[in-house]
Amino acid sequence: MIDQAGDWRFAFQRNRGAVFAALLFAVIFTIYLSNHPAGFSWNVVQTAANKAALLAFVAAAQSLVVITGGIDLSAGMVLVLCNCLASTVVIGDTTQALGGVAVVLAAGLACGGFNGLLVVVGRLQPIVATIASSALFFGLALILRPSPGGGVDETLADLTTSKIGDMFPASLVFLAAVIAIVWIPFSRSIYGRAAYSIGSAQSAAFMSGLPIRRAQLLAYALAGLLSGVAGLYLTFFSYTGEAAYASGNAYTLYSIASVVLGGVSLAGGRGSLVGAVFGALAFRTIGDLLFIFNFDPLWQPLFEGAVLLVAVSLSSVSLLRVRNRLEWFA
Amino acid sequence: MSAASTPGRTTSGRRLGVDPAVVVAYGCIVALLLIGSIYSPNFLSGPYLLQQLKVASFLGVVATGMMFVILLGQIDLSLPWVLTTGAMMASAAAAHPGIVATLSVPFGLACGAAIGLVNGFAVAYMRVPSMIVTLATNAVAQGLMIAYTGGFSPRDTASPLMRALATGSLVPGVANGVLVWAAVAVLALFLLRRTTFGRALYAIGNRERAAYMSGLATRRTTLVAFVIAGLLSALGGVLLAGYSAKASQSMGDAYLLPAIAAVVLGGTHVMGGKGSYLGTIAGVILVTLLQSILSVMQIEESGRQLIYGAVIVVMLLLYGRQRSL
Repeated sequence: MIDQAGDWRFAFQRNRGAVFAALLFAVIFTIYLSNHPAGFSWNVVQTAANKAALLAFVAAAQSLVVITGGIDLSAGMVLVLCNCLASTVVIGDTTQALGGVAVVLAAGLACGGFNGLLVVVGRLQPIVATIASSALFFGLALILRPSPGGGVDETLADLTTSKIGDMFPASLVFLAAVIAIVWIPFSRSIYGRAAYSIGSAQSAAFMSGLPIRRAQLLAYALAGLLSGVAGLYLTFFSYTGEAAYASGNAYTLYSIASVVLGGVSLAGGRGSLVGAVFGALAFRTIGDLLFIFNFDPLWQPLFEGAVLLVAVSLSSVSLLRVRNRLEWFA
Repeated sequence: MSAASTPGRTTSGRRLGVDPAVVVAYGCIVALLLIGSIYSPNFLSGPYLLQQLKVASFLGVVATGMMFVILLGQIDLSLPWVLTTGAMMASAAAAHPGIVATLSVPFGLACGAAIGLVNGFAVAYMRVPSMIVTLATNAVAQGLMIAYTGGFSPRDTASPLMRALATGSLVPGVANGVLVWAAVAVLALFLLRRTTFGRALYAIGNRERAAYMSGLATRRTTLVAFVIAGLLSALGGVLLAGYSAKASQSMGDAYLLPAIAAVVLGGTHVMGGKGSYLGTIAGVILVTLLQSILSVMQIEESGRQLIYGAVIVVMLLLYGRQRSL
């Protein structure tokens, strides 16, 4: 019994960030709903869920890479590229559309795999490698969609963005399913454990004989896949594709903010994808609060930037625990 | 020091004072000029080359700040909106009467330096990773500018002073922007080679812990480097606004990637601690010529992005690799 209690405490310690993000989201979402001009309705929840799920996918992608101690500054551009691709191939009859979905997911996986190869085989710093690859992805997106347009299979789009039984938003079910399919097997496999250990101490992980190269590659590839899912989802949501530079950058930025809010350590090795998803839900709702309280939408970018700045500054609270100044340079 | 910065590599080239990456960069410039001259004989003419230098001067100023930060082993991703902030604030201040108008350019630069100060404080004293905090300050600067220009619609046309600074020519034939870059370059060379501040940048980039143990003021040096980067980004914005006669919202977007590319192509290590300003000058000219040739060849934006990305990836693979475990 004592052992079990110890296990619980250990599990809580490990998931503290995720629990905190979930509570934060619950509080903010309650404020949001209780002040919404239309009052509570499943329609309000559906709209909020659709917007939040989109960011949640990118945040989930970002968290996989951040756990290994890296960063994916191309996440937003993978989203844009997959959005442009989806608006071209997810059309026609149902079989064709499903084939198109597979193509889009494969493209996302390939983008992530390319980043992974640059970092693992090319031994490049993740920041500059993914900045450079984001230029490549944006170039490809521009080739696919020089001007906004295209379409998407409406049956699939409605299926993933509507409500189940006129109540629960389908996007959340979709989100939960993707988490279950990607995160649970990954985190329980040797590669998932290796990903965490790379983030906390790369040399030690290597010395222990963990498959760190394959784990890192897999983390980047799965991140690409999840950003691809986000791109697909954006197409289902907006019915068009657009190679928008600003929106790609914004998604990258917000995904980092969500990951930080979700309790994933930017130094790597701590946090979870589930935390990042709750971080994304919380971040989206914070942004929407301005709308509820009738602020001028002009202030929204400033507000979101300030939230990000405060969130990243919070990570420096740990400096107060430093006993030896040399730990600054760890 | 060079042995510490490049373990496992020979130091003979360094001893001769020649960095192979810099030689390659200058070689590429010559190659690009030759390729360009096949397309059009104008490529090797004086006026064309001076025009290229004029266009390169904005990137040169901005890349100088980026280089200081990269030498530390950090990065400044707030460049796009610091550049825009500098341009917009200088333009807006010029619309006010009296003393404010005369000080409009210093005011724009001060705004850039202020954002650099926030970056530097967060990186040096709060130990927040530079890529994260500069992304955040970039977002805040963007938010401020959107709120300011949307809410107050300030003047966005460049003042005569800004225009003179970028396009006028004190020396016949040479645009003032080039002179500004030359002044910045001389200052940067002096700082990097002849001052303790410059040597401290290299030391911190090599191993911050060792630099701290040697008694260097690592935090203050980092702070100052970010302030310089912010200031120079804003100066780039002022020049660019003067050149295009107007400050616009997305003017900075096109400068982040080329600035990093110029520094990296010039042989500066992305991990910090190694690099020369002569290399950065080569990198800036290289990137500018590449842009010019791509536009002469009428390659579309998509192709340009692809070529940029590919060139940076290839150069990184040649020079920017980390040690294996």
